[in-house]
Amino acid sequence: MDYFLQLVLNGLFVGSFYGLVALGYSMVYGIIKLLNFAHGDVYMVGAFGGYTLLTFGAGALGGGSLVALVVILVVAMVMTGTLGLVLERIAYRPLRGAPRLSVLITAVGASFALEYGIAVAYGPNPRVYPVGFGNASVTILGARLTVAQLLMMAVAVGLMIALDQLVRRTRTGRAMRAISQDPKACLLMGINVDNVISRTFFIGSALAGAAGVMAGAYYGKVDFLMGFIIGLKAFTAAVIGGIGNLRGAVLGAIVLGLLESFGTAFLGAQWRDVFAFAFLILFLTVRPTGLLGERVTERV
Amino acid sequence: MSKDTHQSPPEQGDSGFVRAVEERGSSVVAAAGKGLTPRRSPGPTAVSRAISHPLFAWAVVAMALAMPFINSSAYAIRISTDALIFVMLAVGLNVVVGYCGLLDLGYAAFFAIGAYTSGILATAFDWHIALTLPFVIVAAVIGGLLIGGPTLRLRSDYLAIVTLGFGEIIRITANNLDFTGGPNGIFGIPDFGSFGLRTDIATYWVTAAVVSLAVLASARIGRGRLGRAWRFVREDEDAAEAMGIHTYKIKFAAYITGAIFGGLAGVLFAAHQTAISPMSFNFLWSALILMAVVLGGMGSTPGVVVGALVIALLPELLRGAENWRYLVFGVLLIVVMIFRPQGIWPHRVSEKQSKIEKRRAEEQAKAVPA
Repeated sequence: MDYFLQLVLNGLFVGSFYGLVALGYSMVYGIIKLLNFAHGDVYMVGAFGGYTLLTFGAGALGGGSLVALVVILVVAMVMTGTLGLVLERIAYRPLRGAPRLSVLITAVGASFALEYGIAVAYGPNPRVYPVGFGNASVTILGARLTVAQLLMMAVAVGLMIALDQLVRRTRTGRAMRAISQDPKACLLMGINVDNVISRTFFIGSALAGAAGVMAGAYYGKVDFLMGFIIGLKAFTAAVIGGIGNLRGAVLGAIVLGLLESFGTAFLGAQWRDVFAFAFLILFLTVRPTGLLGERVTERV
Repeated sequence: MSKDTHQSPPEQGDSGFVRAVEERGSSVVAAAGKGLTPRRSPGPTAVSRAISHPLFAWAVVAMALAMPFINSSAYAIRISTDALIFVMLAVGLNVVVGYCGLLDLGYAAFFAIGAYTSGILATAFDWHIALTLPFVIVAAVIGGLLIGGPTLRLRSDYLAIVTLGFGEIIRITANNLDFTGGPNGIFGIPDFGSFGLRTDIATYWVTAAVVSLAVLASARIGRGRLGRAWRFVREDEDAAEAMGIHTYKIKFAAYITGAIFGGLAGVLFAAHQTAISPMSFNFLWSALILMAVVLGGMGSTPGVVVGALVIALLPELLRGAENWRYLVFGVLLIVVMIFRPQGIWPHRVSEKQSKIEKRRAEEQAKAVPA
């Protein structure tokens, strides 16, 4: 029973990371039907941004205190958000009316450029994150979780709730939902579509950046290819939940986290990634609209 | 956020404002875009006409076969064999991406399937490597069925990410299993035989012959009935379906053809390298092959061959700057897509006029009084 609960908690923890990244995927897809392959790499850039800030700015902020970490998290989020904005401007906006294949290829190019841009800037070897968390832990019903894990889950859940409120309650959120339904009508109604798309990229990228900083701090090292696998996993999560549906993305991430946690326990850690992708393919075969997704018809 | 929406057709006699918004609106949605050919596609340039001339193709084949007479150093033979295998991969991916417009981001998976199938059979059972070919083709087709079956029915961007995952699955599986040699891979794979020549030159000639055949075959398929259907599906899937093309079958045909090309290239790779390991088949390969196809011009066989040669041989000139190179490749992908989506040597857009049509056109021109 304890072991079971431990697996559930591990799954929830991993799932909260996937969720933060999956949200950005799902938002962008919902609005402009673009698979942003570079999204996983924005997460990676976030981790490196946090690394840089911690290495060069930690002294000014007073070491590895909690306040300093929160400040760094926020700064890194703004950085990656801006990166998302720039990416959309340079790589995606000129191709709004272009064939879908062109945009997909551009996204692959953007992902490649970010990965190897970081490899050029920081070198190809992994960097060790200058802070680590202590091993202080709490026991919940016999299962063990470190305080750091709990804190990160809290931050992730907080960000998710904030996003949900933003999309449901604010003007920007309403504009986003409207554009995902009919961009042309939105233009007629006087919504600044380009502006809202930019904001979507900013928010999605900022969430990925937050996940990147937390992953860097938790695992203790970062490398320039770390975004590749998590990008795939986040996409899997978004598909499981129903792509374009934000609550679905979080649900999908939790399901994927739990599946991986149990799959690893039964099959061994070396099969973890295979297990997740096999599940993606299975899901696309059986229920391509995902758990919460509605049927999307292609417009002619 | 996604919702089933319906859209009313634009009414006739709209105001100028509404029409302007309509036009702008259609350029706002990436999903509205279809096909590949830009609306205002430029005609063939002098260079692209020369390069797609049949004589040019034969000249390239002759040059490829004559290479060992020009420079027979071990280094030159090795990099030209590598480059030829890369050409084969690019031509195979061109069938999938260029002709049919399906983005395959895990093409290295088929390359790996081919290399591993022939490597395992040749080392474990002491077979001649040519005997493994039928099994390689069967394995590649099974791989294509597994991935293409469920995903080709869905939106095309799902295929991109599923193939990306598939590439990883194959690599990780090869890394984890025992009979694939784990992380060490398989070594001691036999070559094709020496035919009384230096072994590397013999391998080179076998490779050159197979690759030349493959390039010619893919160009011919592309010009035929199937190739036209592929291009139709690429330009507008719904219109193709309405015209009676079974788009699912047609897309499947493209995907399986690509898989077989990739598998055969894998056999050549295994025989040439004599040792293979999971590290040889990572995502970088798939991305580089895609780069060659995009750079050369999607759907244009001569363009893709030149693109592949450039991508394969450039690193030899720029040794030591690996990461810079990939950074440049990434930026280049974006730049090419924005400014020249048809590639450097685009496929000619119009079909060649048949002789009868030409004569008829001439007669008509004569019949019209000056």
